[in-house]
Amino acid sequence: MTSDGGALLSVRGLTRAGIDIPDFELAAGEALAVLGPSGSGKSLLRRALADMDENEGDNRLHGDARDAMAAPDWRRRVSYVAAESGWWDENVAAHFTDWEAVAPLAKRLGLPAEAGNWLISRLSTGERQRLALVRALVQEPDLLLLDEPTSGLDPDSEKATEEILAERLAGGNAILFSTHDADQAGRLARRCLRFAKGGAAEISPCR
Amino acid sequence: MPLIALDYWDIAVAALLLMVNAGLSIWLQLGLARDTLIAAARMVVQLSLMGLLLKLLFSLVSPLWTALFALAMVLFAGREAMARQERRLAGWWGYGVGTTAMLAAAAVVTVFALTTQVQPDPWYNPRYAIPMLGMILGNTMTGVALGLHTLTTTAVREKAAIEARLALGHPREAALRHVVAAALRTALMPIVNAMAATGLVALPGMMTGQILSGVDPVEAVKYQILIMFLIAGGTGFGALTAVLAAAARITDGRHRLRLDRLAAKRG
Repeated sequence: MTSDGGALLSVRGLTRAGIDIPDFELAAGEALAVLGPSGSGKSLLRRALADMDENEGDNRLHGDARDAMAAPDWRRRVSYVAAESGWWDENVAAHFTDWEAVAPLAKRLGLPAEAGNWLISRLSTGERQRLALVRALVQEPDLLLLDEPTSGLDPDSEKATEEILAERLAGGNAILFSTHDADQAGRLARRCLRFAKGGAAEISPCR
Repeated sequence: MPLIALDYWDIAVAALLLMVNAGLSIWLQLGLARDTLIAAARMVVQLSLMGLLLKLLFSLVSPLWTALFALAMVLFAGREAMARQERRLAGWWGYGVGTTAMLAAAAVVTVFALTTQVQPDPWYNPRYAIPMLGMILGNTMTGVALGLHTLTTTAVREKAAIEARLALGHPREAALRHVVAAALRTALMPIVNAMAATGLVALPGMMTGQILSGVDPVEAVKYQILIMFLIAGGTGFGALTAVLAAAARITDGRHRLRLDRLAAKRG
């Protein structure tokens, strides 16, 4: 079933304690930047869209209602990357189904093929952040929910990350990302969702 | 060799040792004399009451009273298991999950032993049922409490890892697998260690008691081995039930981690 004029994501009547979100749609290839002070609800919105917290609303992906599909199926298509990345095994490769297949993508973000053997406990914050992004990207989700995807990265990694995200957009995916960088918001997105203190949000052109 | 019965004079003589302890405390100003005497008095009163109660219960051989007595033991064990957890489930679940698991595990294992191995007449004879339930329950309680404690504290500590797996589309069973495994390992460790050390480091209380009451040591050992197997079975069954039920409770049908269903950390 495809409705909504082909919108990739449609969000109607989203209700979650702490945030007040207007109805919105994201087209294929569109990025939405989320701006606002810390604690205003940026991460609550991403968690609600990934169905990580209790929330209500008619959320659809290519017209498929979220509540009609199992949560794991929804999350493989709507990929939430938390600010604090989580790891459950000792080395990097154990967190991927096939590290060999992932290595080329990781290499573009400055992570060598032998990073698969690295111990999680010895990774830097930036390495964890890039690996968590790679882990989400290889699942080929329709929609990416990212938290400041380039904060704390060196200029080369930042540029590579933005290039990869732009490719995903060109390939028909959508991205919702929070950022403190108005320039980055403008580079990737045309529309911005701005949170005020207290959790109320509205959408307007970024510039 | 028959049982050498003690008269009250024998006990009074042994109580002199307690007086020595109290005297020592006063002489060295340890401040323990009062506490020692109160504790000793409590022990005498509590054990005497329990002795009278058990004597009454054993003379009745009533299935109803035996079941009620057993139920009361389980309910007290439930309170004790709950008190040993740092982060317990909020509301009725905090008491209910552990107590229900212990009730099921201890009941199944005790009835199994009474009806197939020990076979007293009648099978619910409280002289056998109550002491065996007590030994199984005491160890199952430790396993259940350790398992639940480890599950909830690990889930809180590993929140980022669990939610990373959920966000990648792993079902909640997979996302919690390493936490559930850690909880069950911790729950079963004491009984595994106890089996390995029994007979070398310590002579178990029940076996010692049977030997003192005149039972052939080889027969006492057979009983002790049976009891250890029953304890291992009860602990495994009880801990598995409690940990899986609690793991289901700290997640929901939409595969979310629900740490909001844990009560606030205590003091």
